[in-house]
Amino acid sequence: MDLAAIIALDVVYSIALLALISAGLAVVFGMMRVINLAHGEFMMIGGYATIMSVRAGVNIYVAMLVVAPLVVGIVGLLVERLMIRFLYGRLIDTMLATWGLSLFLVGAATMIFGNTTTGISPPIPGFAIGAYQVNGYNLFIILVAAVVLLAMYGVLSLTRAGLVARGAMQRPDMAAALGYDTERIYMITFVAGSALAGLAGGVLAPLVGLVPTTGAGFIGKAFITVISGGASIIAGVLSAAAVFGLVSETFTFLFKPVVGEVALLVAAVILLRILPQGITGRFFKGSM
Amino acid sequence: MMGADLKQTLGVLVAGGIVFALAPSFIELHTLTVLTIYGLLALSQGLIWGFGGILCFGQAAFFGLGAYAYAIAAINIGESTVPFLLGIAVPFLFALVFGAMLFFGRLSDVYLGVITLVVTLIFFKFMNSTAGPQYVIGAAPLGGFNGIPAFPVLNIPGDPEAFIGSVGYYGICVAAILLTYALIRWLLASPFGRIAVAIRENETRAELMGYDIRLRKTLLFAIGGAIAGLAGTLFASWAEIVTPNMFSLTQSAEIIIWCIVGGRSTLVGPIIGAMALSYLKFLLGQQSLVDNMLILGLILMLTVLLLPRGIVPTLAQGITQAAARLRRRRIGEAQHGR
Repeated sequence: MDLAAIIALDVVYSIALLALISAGLAVVFGMMRVINLAHGEFMMIGGYATIMSVRAGVNIYVAMLVVAPLVVGIVGLLVERLMIRFLYGRLIDTMLATWGLSLFLVGAATMIFGNTTTGISPPIPGFAIGAYQVNGYNLFIILVAAVVLLAMYGVLSLTRAGLVARGAMQRPDMAAALGYDTERIYMITFVAGSALAGLAGGVLAPLVGLVPTTGAGFIGKAFITVISGGASIIAGVLSAAAVFGLVSETFTFLFKPVVGEVALLVAAVILLRILPQGITGRFFKGSM
Repeated sequence: MMGADLKQTLGVLVAGGIVFALAPSFIELHTLTVLTIYGLLALSQGLIWGFGGILCFGQAAFFGLGAYAYAIAAINIGESTVPFLLGIAVPFLFALVFGAMLFFGRLSDVYLGVITLVVTLIFFKFMNSTAGPQYVIGAAPLGGFNGIPAFPVLNIPGDPEAFIGSVGYYGICVAAILLTYALIRWLLASPFGRIAVAIRENETRAELMGYDIRLRKTLLFAIGGAIAGLAGTLFASWAEIVTPNMFSLTQSAEIIIWCIVGGRSTLVGPIIGAMALSYLKFLLGQQSLVDNMLILGLILMLTVLLLPRGIVPTLAQGITQAAARLRRRRIGEAQHGR
């Protein structure tokens, strides 16, 4: 019984983790068909922003939930103005340019922080379920992921800004004809996506030993989750994260973590082979 | 092959031969050899991307597969002729099967990119986890993160004792790259190559004309895989060790950067891009003031933004335009003088 609870918790945690690291990328991809390959590095910056501000005496929750998204949002604004906006509509070129950006940021972080591991300890202590020890911070991650997804859903479906954004996503020409500045919408979307990446990076900072190359570990998974999810932002991320989280946890439990990771990748290949348009290209069509 | 094509190919081969012959006076031979191998690797990506329109994010998979196939076979067999051929055949066959799975499933652009990337990651993760005595193929332990060191390097065919010196090995790599270049030019001038370009230009139109684009893309992809495998084989014998890092994301990224910077619509562009950037990386690696990832990233960003077609095509166009201007001016002067 205890074991079942632990496993269930682990599965939910790994789904939440995937959803959290993919959310920012999904917003940007879903709205503007732009793949930001520097997404992992945005998370890395969020992580460093958190750790630096905690060291400077800021409360850890403020650092994770406010400072990190803010810093990365500003970085995103700069990147959008200086680079991305010249490349809209050129999917491959955006990928390559942001790949360059990712290398650049890794290089810059290496020069500033050095090639050493930094970290902070999780602010929430573990607790026991029966004979098993549970990492309390994992519950916090699940909570944050749920709040992020709900907030995204709320903004997109309930507010006027979300309505305009969805309109611009479906028919940019029509939105422009109705007087909405699509370039500005894209800019805000990119900043929002970056801020989400920063939030994810900040929240994960206590869990990973942060090095300048940390981002590379995230981008693969985030990229796979978003593409496999398909065009719908929230339904796509959630369904793909659920499939991959379940698969990787099952195989990790049955064999070992490496098998779990490989199983995730194999699942992605099979999934895309069967559903080339992603999960939401076939199911949950028209959802958000 | 048409006359102009033939002339251009011969011109490039002669010019390339001269450059490769003179280069050892400027760059140390060991470094130069690996630059040549990287040129060959870039050529494989240039072929399938520039002429087949297939953006593969995992060309490193074939590179690594060729190297591992060679290393494992060399340990088991000893004499290097069969391992050398296996180093080309294994990635070729893998690319054939993998490509068939992709193209007969009609995957394209981003989705193709993701899957090729994912397969490379699978190789990377798997090879990293193969430490331990249970992972052996024949007499060759896979070695996990440390890779496979100490396998017989390339020898003169038929005589396992006759090792090839560094000058000879450089010669082999140069011969490989020039020969591959010539073969690719021949391939591109053949009906198969022309149709491959037609498919790149417009898939639907090519299909409506009755060509099986799935089969043709698969074959082109497999040829690219074989060339990358050849590069991997040569690399294994050069480095005398193969590690999982050959499958890494950075390796795949670099191949794409070489093509983008050099100019993906040409064959010479990727080669020049690969050799120039790898040499730059080598030089940057010798100083510690600026991190070399920073410079490479900057080059990639600036190229995409400012020279989206790459350096070689832009330069070629510039030279053609300058020549045309000069000719016009000369004609103008002649008319004026008359």
